[in-house]
Parts: sequence; C-alpha cells; structure tokens
Amino acid sequence: MAEIVRVYIDGKECLAQNGEYLLQAARENGIYIPTLCHYEGVKPKGSCRICTCKVNGRLMTACTTPIAEGMVVENNTAEINEMRKAIIELFFVEGNHFCPTCEKSGDCELQALAYKYQITAPRYPFLFPTKRVVAEYSRIIIDHNRCVLCKRCVRAIKDAEGRSFFAYRRRGQHIEVILDKRMSEQMDYEKALEAEKVCPVGAIMARRIAFTTPVGHRKYDKKPIGSDVEKIK
Amino acid sequence: MGQKITIDPVTRVEGHGKVTLYVNNDGGIEQARFHIVEFRGFERFVQGRPFWEMPVLVQRLCGICPVSHHLAAAKAVDVIVGAGSGDELTPTAEKMRRLMHYGQIFQSHALHFFYLASPDLLFGIDADPAKRNVLYLAQENRDLAYRAILMRKFGQEIILATAGKKIHGTGAIPGGINKHLTIEERDRFLHGNPPFNIDNMIQWSLDTLEFFHQYEQKHRDFLLTYVNFPSNYLSLVRKDGAMDLYHGVLRAVDAEGQKILPDVDYHEYYKYIEEEVRSWSYMKFPYLKMLGQERGWYTVGPLARINTADFIDTPLAQKELELFRSFHGGKPCNHVMHTHWARLIEILHAAEKIKLLLEDPDLLSGELVREGNRQFEGVGLLEAPRGTLFHHYKINEYDQIVQANLIVSTTNNNQAMNNAVLQVAQRVFKGQKKVTEGMTNAIEVAIRAYNPCLSCATHALGQMPIDIEFVDVPR
Repeated sequence: MAEIVRVYIDGKECLAQNGEYLLQAARENGIYIPTLCHYEGVKPKGSCRICTCKVNGRLMTACTTPIAEGMVVENNTAEINEMRKAIIELFFVEGNHFCPTCEKSGDCELQALAYKYQITAPRYPFLFPTKRVVAEYSRIIIDHNRCVLCKRCVRAIKDAEGRSFFAYRRRGQHIEVILDKRMSEQMDYEKALEAEKVCPVGAIMARRIAFTTPVGHRKYDKKPIGSDVEKIK
Repeated sequence: MGQKITIDPVTRVEGHGKVTLYVNNDGGIEQARFHIVEFRGFERFVQGRPFWEMPVLVQRLCGICPVSHHLAAAKAVDVIVGAGSGDELTPTAEKMRRLMHYGQIFQSHALHFFYLASPDLLFGIDADPAKRNVLYLAQENRDLAYRAILMRKFGQEIILATAGKKIHGTGAIPGGINKHLTIEERDRFLHGNPPFNIDNMIQWSLDTLEFFHQYEQKHRDFLLTYVNFPSNYLSLVRKDGAMDLYHGVLRAVDAEGQKILPDVDYHEYYKYIEEEVRSWSYMKFPYLKMLGQERGWYTVGPLARINTADFIDTPLAQKELELFRSFHGGKPCNHVMHTHWARLIEILHAAEKIKLLLEDPDLLSGELVREGNRQFEGVGLLEAPRGTLFHHYKINEYDQIVQANLIVSTTNNNQAMNNAVLQVAQRVFKGQKKVTEGMTNAIEVAIRAYNPCLSCATHALGQMPIDIEFVDVPR
C-alpha cells in the first residue's frame, strides 16, 4: 500500500499518496490548479506553465512535481494568479484567437481560463502573426492561428502501435504542429474527433459540420472551468 | 467658387455615414453624396476559412440584423453541402429558420419605427434635438415606448430560442438547424402572461398601424410630397407571387409596376445584377444589367416588397396591403416616406407568421440536418429587414472559401438614398443663407426612411454632434 503523505495547499491540510504529482493530489482534495498542456492519462510535460505554484517558496509546475511529506504549496494567491493571468494573456496575443467565430467557443480551455481569471483585454500588444490554415488533410483542418503549442495532440493521438499522428516541425518561433503525411492516411473519423477533443483550443477541427452543439449546451456554457474539481454548485 | 456642406455623422441610422452637399454660386444644391465611411473587408478575409464557419463568421459584420446574414450564409452553404437550394431542408430546419427570421424582422422593424423614425414623426423634423429621440418619446408617450421595448424584446426572445443567442447565434448550420424549440419556449410565446404573447403582439402591430393611419390623415401632404421619385423595385417573392421574406424567386418591377425581372432563379443573380464602384464611397452601386448603370438602379426593402408582391399570405397583413394598394391606385408606391407604412405592414405579417409557425408541431421534433452531394459554389438570398441580401461563396477541394461576394440590403439602396438626399437638399436648402440643425435633420429623415444599416453595431441615439462644414471647393 502506497505511503500517505501530508501537504499544505494554501494552508489546507491535504492527504495524498507519496509520489503523486501535485496537480493530482490537489484535485483529489478538491483544489483546482489550472492546466492547459496537461491531459489526463498522458505523461505530463510542464510546458504551458499555467499550473505553476510556489512549492516551499520556489516556483514549480504542479503537473510535473511529485509531492513529498510536509510540502507547503501556494496556489490560489494574488501573486500566483497574476502570473497565470499574464501567461494566458501571452497566449492570446501571440496567436490569432477570434472567439466569436471559433467553433470551439464554449468548449475551449483557453477561453474558459480567460473567463475564470476575468481577463477582459490583454496587457501586452497583439502580435497578429501571419499563420496558416492547413486544410489539405482528408479528416482534419489545422488552424495554426489558434494553436498554443501544448503538444497534447503529439503526445495523446497515437495508433495501436503507439506511433504519433502529429509531430512538431521547425524551431523557435516558427515551430508548428503537423500531421504526419503517411499517418494521416490512416486517420479515420473517430480518430479525427479524438484529436479535436484532445486539442484544448480550436486548432484541430475534424472535417464535419461545426456548431452542431447549440449555444448553452457547450462544456463551459453552464459551469466555469475547474468547477468539477472545486465542486462549485 | 462653390461650397461644400458636410453632415457627419448622419444620426439615428445603423453605422457611420456622412452626407456631402455641393452648393453652387447661386446657393442651389448641385450634387449630393451619401458616403459610407466604414471599410469592413469581409469578402477578403473570409478567404481560406472553412465554409461551415460562414454563417457564424459573416454575421459579425452587423450587430443589428446578424440573423439575416446568419441565414443568408447558411442558405448558401446549404447548397455547398448538397442540402438543396433553400426549400429542400427538413421541415423542422426550414420552419425553425423561418421563425428565427420573422423574429428578426419583427424586432428590427420595431426598433426602426419606434426608436429611430417615430421621434421625427411625433415631434417634427425641426424639433429640438434634445427632444427628438426615443428617451423623450418615453417621457411623452409612455405607452408607446413600453410597447416598443416589449415588441423588440419579443422578437429578440424568438431569436434566442431559435439561434441560441439574441445576437450572433449559431442555430443555422450547413444543411439545417442545431436545435428544436422546446415545449416551454413555444408555450411561453403562444400563451405567455399578457402582454408577452403572440396574440398581443399581433394586436399591438395592428394598433401601431392604426397609429400610423391617424398620423397619415393629419400629415398626408408631408408624407406624399417629402421625397418621391420613380424607382425600380427588387425583392424575392414566393413562386406564386406571395410576399416571402425567407425564400423565393427574384422579381423586379419598374415605377409603373411592369415586371422588368420576371421571377428568376436567384442562384443566377450575377446574370442580372452588376455592381459599380465609385471612388467616394466604400459602398458599391448595384444595378440591373439589362437596363445599364443609368436606368438600372433599384430600391429594396419594405416598400420594394410591398410593390413587387402580388399578395400577402396572412389575412390581417393582406387587408392592410389592399388598403395600401387602393391608396396608391393599384400602382407601385414611389413615395419614400410611405416606406414606414410598408414596414408596419411587414411587422404585422411577421407577427402573423410567427403565430402560424409556433402552432406547427414540426418545430418540436423531427430531423434537423440534411446533406447531399458536395458542391463548390453556393448562393443564398433572403429578404432582410432592410431588403434583399445576397451571399455567394466559392470553395476549393479542401472546403476553404476562395471567393465571397456579399451584396447587403443597404448597398442595393445606395443610388436611391443618394437620389432622396439630393431631392430633399435641393428643396430645403434652396435660397437659405444659414444652415440650421433642422435643415440637416431634414436630409437625415429621408435617409432614415430606408433604415440603412451602414455596417454593424454603431447605433447613434438622439442628439449626436452634427458637424456642418463649409468648405470652398474649386469648380
């Protein structure tokens, strides 16, 4: 039986299994730590930095930090929340995110986080980068304007033999997600829908009729992101 | 050396526009131009986007009648997904869309008549601008303002129930609709607590017409002589000639009522309509090709629809149409101020249609979407509150838009509005040495009759600063 350890998140005593990641431990104790690049069941990456907490006085990503006995964690504090807001704003300004016409609106995690942190306008100037819409694939369309480079598609969408459908290409500010050409021929409709679901934003669109889910019935239309963890009524 | 008078902005219209009047040495108005000063660029920046985004994306060019753009785009992409050309959707889809559309017509016409136009009619063209607005209307005629607000609300609630949102909804999707009407929604509209039910809305529409008739009797000369000129009129009509605001064939008549465009398939509109670009406005000037630029311009909107339709298929509105026709001797009406009358007939028609639709069980259940063989081009037309609205898209093999053409209702009225401005200006400014606020409002009254939507959500209420600029211009 795994060892149970005690950690303190925002002053609340929490019990969890030793070695668990802080993110998981917090969730089991009803404490929401926001994520974007994290996807349940996929090895964490810690790339988006939104889950950053102060652990024993140092900034650490909750999705990649294993808990240990007596850990003191600052999560929902003014300092941490301000930093998270800044990260979300950076995502908005370095892409072209036009929520009003995006088919992911209401189901989008980035949009939901912006609402949660009450972002009305970013503090940084919009970069309005020139990005491509790649529509040549038979099952999906990739809109790079919306991609936040979380790598969830690369890590989560694989075939039966564990080969990834997606990959990164180029470097630095030119980096982008592509769908492997040969793998794309194997992609069926269900896999395309799975890829669309894994994408936290509207960058991967399965080729189908969008907007089939009416407004009011989308994931975050009724309850804000994190409310399933916090059990907000 | 002449002078140039600028009215900027034009108030109590949707969007931003200005008027320039060129005054000659004798003090007469030589030329009048109604400029649309906003540039939108939608036709260009939708290129590359997936076609299924169009109903949701393109409606963003307007905050006043987005439903019209939403549905016109949806009709165009219906063709692309092989779902037919407008009347081949599932009964549920077509009726839900019609309900959405009539809700839009109802609220938009109510907004225009009560909020934008009625202050001129009730308080006078040259009344104090502080009083010539809907807030003063609410003070002076509380009952009228109360009805105005609730009629708008009723239409907006219909839109909410069908499109998912009051503004910029997502209800219409390629090949159909994404929801049914719930029994609770239907019952609320049909049998809700008074005054919020459809029977009351029909009654209020009749009362508004009665209000207009009383006004008309007292101000007949004003309405008949204020601005009138012969025009061609264009609109969709149902195949049997009935007024149909959602779908039909394209018909145009001349000022005498002769058919000059005989019920043609609107999917081939480009065979009959051309657009001219003039350097001083971002709004194009459409015209009927066979008549040429000089004679081919036309009017759209309520007056055009009343003039082109053979009949209205709802009894109360048909009775009003007969009254309208007999007033004008069975000929098309060329009196621009009677557009208000035509608009009120359409409010009544929309309310009657809403009631018929609400009583239809197809709204509550049934198949929502239909698809067929993919096409690479789609055209969607409907009658928006302000007139005929054209959406035309071409896609590539990857479902991306490669070409878009939008001819919005107000664009169709461009030449007619310019003519109206010139006629009023020549009369009002003749021999006047000093330009008053009332004189500039007189120009705006003529423009307002067309209820132009100069682009999106800018909505000027009451007194706005009207800058009148005298500039010497070389001749």
